Amino acid sequence: MAARTLINVPKKAKRGEVITIKTLISHPMETGFRHNTVGLPLPRDIITSFVCTYNGEEIFRAALHPAIAANPFITFHTVATESGRIAFRWTGDNGFAAEASADIAVG
Amino acid sequence: MNRTSLESSQATRRGFLGAVGAALIVRPASATPASMAVAIRQVVGDAEPKRGKVKLNLPPLVENGNTVAMGVSVDSPMTPQDYVKAIHVFADKNPLPNVISVQFGPRAGKADISTRMRLADTQTVVAICEMSDGSFWSDSVDVVITFGACLEDS
Repeated sequence: MAARTLINVPKKAKRGEVITIKTLISHPMETGFRHNTVGLPLPRDIITSFVCTYNGEEIFRAALHPAIAANPFITFHTVATESGRIAFRWTGDNGFAAEASADIAVG
Repeated sequence: MNRTSLESSQATRRGFLGAVGAALIVRPASATPASMAVAIRQVVGDAEPKRGKVKLNLPPLVENGNTVAMGVSVDSPMTPQDYVKAIHVFADKNPLPNVISVQFGPRAGKADISTRMRLADTQTVVAICEMSDGSFWSDSVDVVITFGACLEDS
């Protein structure tokens, strides 16, 4: 099942403006501490890493742990330096990987 | 004959109740303030985090520990000379003390993040930030939980 992502990046910004980036991805973030109905442990399945790049340069990185709620939501900021593409990449257990991107026009 | 079957049924019921009682006593594994201290030590090394600069935003009373809005902001000019390198969040009674670690630089413009976390129990949450000059600052919030995460099974 492909993970659904929801990205909120302003389409336009002034040069030097601090913009807010909001990201959401659908993922159960199974902690590995829960059990199923017959008492067997549910194996851990979480997103462990989130990286944001701005025209290829890394601007934000987060290491996630089981204490992050299901469907990880992360809000952060960056300075709008130039027009281009802001890309996001999530990676996690069992080879999980998802990508998303948004274009921004800086004037 | 009847009596024996009655006794044996009582014995099973007692055994069953005992098993239920034992199951209720078994709590999920939880981190301790000590293991949180170890996790924090891995981040700060020998430095002693001072209180201030960083602000951890968490509601003091939470009904559902499965999703708790959490925000961390740091008072910093975010210039190439003086910026926030990283923010780390820890919880002392979750099964694991680590919550999230983020890294950024002066390009962030503003050291302010928010996410949603899980809280297994009433506990203290600690945020630690690392500045570009190598100093560490911390803030903590005591959160009361009425319904913790991780307790119900699927």
